[in-house]
Amino acid sequence: MNRIDELKNDLDKHFKTNQYRFSHSFGDDVLEIPKEDVIPVLRHLKLNQKFDFLMDVCGADYPNREKRFEVIYHLFASRDGRRLRVKTQLAEGEHVETATKVWKGADWFEREAYDMFGIRFQGHPNLRKILTHHQFQGHPLRKDYEADRQQHCTDVLPIHFDNVGDERGDVLNENLVPLNIGPSHPAMHGTLRVMAELDGETIVRANCEIGYLHRCFEKMAETHPYNQVIPYTDRLNYCSAPMNNVGYCKTVERLLGIEIPPKAQAMRVIISELSRIIDHIISVGTGGVDLGALTAFFHLFTYREKVYTLFERLCGARLTVSMTRIGGMAQDAPDGWFDEVMAFCKEMRAAVDEIDRLFISNKIFIKRTQGVAPVSAAEAISWGYTGPLLRACGVNLDLRKTSPYYGYDGLNFDVPVGTSGDIYDRYLVRIEEMKQSIRIIEQVCKNVPGGDYTVRDKGIVLPEKKDVYGNIEGLMNHFMLVIKGLRPPVGEVYDATEAANGELGFYLVSDGSANPYRLKCRPPCFAIYQSFPSVVKGTMLADAIATVASMNVIAGELDR
Amino acid sequence: MADKSIDEMSRSFAFTTKLDAIVAWGRKNALWPLPYGTACCGIELMSVMGPRYDLARFGAEVVRFSPRQADLLLVAGTITEKMAPILVRIYEQMLEPKYVLSMGACASSGGFYRAYHVLQGADKVIPVDVYVPGCPPTPEAVLDGIMLLQRMIATNQPRPWRDNWKNPYESNLIQAGSST
Repeated sequence: MNRIDELKNDLDKHFKTNQYRFSHSFGDDVLEIPKEDVIPVLRHLKLNQKFDFLMDVCGADYPNREKRFEVIYHLFASRDGRRLRVKTQLAEGEHVETATKVWKGADWFEREAYDMFGIRFQGHPNLRKILTHHQFQGHPLRKDYEADRQQHCTDVLPIHFDNVGDERGDVLNENLVPLNIGPSHPAMHGTLRVMAELDGETIVRANCEIGYLHRCFEKMAETHPYNQVIPYTDRLNYCSAPMNNVGYCKTVERLLGIEIPPKAQAMRVIISELSRIIDHIISVGTGGVDLGALTAFFHLFTYREKVYTLFERLCGARLTVSMTRIGGMAQDAPDGWFDEVMAFCKEMRAAVDEIDRLFISNKIFIKRTQGVAPVSAAEAISWGYTGPLLRACGVNLDLRKTSPYYGYDGLNFDVPVGTSGDIYDRYLVRIEEMKQSIRIIEQVCKNVPGGDYTVRDKGIVLPEKKDVYGNIEGLMNHFMLVIKGLRPPVGEVYDATEAANGELGFYLVSDGSANPYRLKCRPPCFAIYQSFPSVVKGTMLADAIATVASMNVIAGELDR
Repeated sequence: MADKSIDEMSRSFAFTTKLDAIVAWGRKNALWPLPYGTACCGIELMSVMGPRYDLARFGAEVVRFSPRQADLLLVAGTITEKMAPILVRIYEQMLEPKYVLSMGACASSGGFYRAYHVLQGADKVIPVDVYVPGCPPTPEAVLDGIMLLQRMIATNQPRPWRDNWKNPYESNLIQAGSST
């Protein structure tokens, strides 16, 4: 009996399941239920089926259906790596009960679905716009909203605090000092805005406003062919761009049902782990800057530049590389590239040890971070934390171990886990992960598989230039693929990879055309950052700055 | 020393120039940038400031996040509709003389984000002196842009786009909800 049948038997005992639809498509378990049953079923799945994570809530728009909207919940069980997609349909004007009662982390995801589609969640503590500006009319991800219909914004929303569930309202307390930080503030990394009400230096309540870098990634994906979406994914988490390429291409490849050749897998592992290192360099480096330690930043940037040089050798670009293609890599690695990567690993290993001494054992740094704003494991899971921040709370969850891909199961590496979930542990985990990434890269580089760097399916990958110009068949295949486009089968798939910040998920719906019908990106820091107002409540203002830095919020993937 | 008059002494190392030229020379070699990094270009701007490319060689190492203390606004990254009013306010708070460098395709034209929430170039709301192409531009390209700006400052090049600029919100050039 497979898992979806087990689930059906279990639900039969508790619910009237005659309207439920159980299915298994493209390797994902899917459950379709009427909207009245959503919350009871989610609660049941959480308690009895051990789906402890709500990874994502999103909407989708199908204007030709009788009930236009679909709300999709992605559940994950950390115990055995199972995933389940729960879907329900809504007509315009209907609403579904909020999932924030079951998982706190549903908060911002539901606000996003409201902002993008106008789907209403009954009982949500604060159902306001989240990404678009306050003068924006309409819901941009609906299919009848044109991608380029701009609406200008003429002023800035004043300081407000209405997103703290039990304390609604914009009335400022006159005994407290209201303080606005950002978006143009050195500690806010350019695009975050935090508002706080202070009693002395203690934060009584806080609020964050996001969306200052909402670049309409999901709408752009719907208006571009599959391969042209890759450059947009670069700019999600731009600190580790190749990981987004890999995550997106892996999702599309799963829908196409192809497995990429071993050499492409090895190259993807190497660029992903190099990216993990440089992402942690930014996180640790700028985290230090926010606490007043400039040296570590300048020192670590030397090594970031070295990785840029490696990327430049591989593809010509430094930061936004777009090195992957659907079906493999864009091109083969140049001669001697793997040796250069090995040489870099040796240097980097020494550098990480140096940073360990310079930064992590620094007395001031320890005092600023140890025991500051800790998050318990249960809280973290409820908010939807993943990646280094979750592991800092003591939860041993790494997708490279629980659901291995690209041969991670054959590699030797450890998953560092913290104990207290405070800021110091987060940096310790990141530093250790850099060491583990070096280990992984060395193992892969020592034993690079031979063979091709991409699949050679004429419906997926463009032929090589020598064939396009050299023979009629190559020319025809090239022409057909460019004109017709890459067309995956009708269906939908959710796939996740372990990115530097946590689980990077892509939910892709294909209607058989050359563009994705819907592409939802599940960015790791979106779930993490929504906990910020409650995490910093009652701490000192300076600790809030340290907390923001340690969360490593990257505006590109936060706002998309 | 005592037998030499002050006048005689000063003559031994003095040189003459126009006041304009010496002021411009000072300005061009002491730009204080405000790094308005909003996106990917902000990360590449860190490289420009960082050890290998080192913007300090051009006299611009004093990075100021307060617009009152800065005279070069480095717009590095996409400016969204939500961000535009803030950018204008930051620009207005800067003291004269002030310069704007737009780094990258997004800040210069909206880039490949022809989208509902992206301003199609920072120059829709503030006057831009130098555009640096690229997505993101290499640090060399940014340094080239800064050197171009330095030449503009040194030669006191007229900047009509700056002189004719009006706050687009106060002069109703941009209205809420409209699209241009």
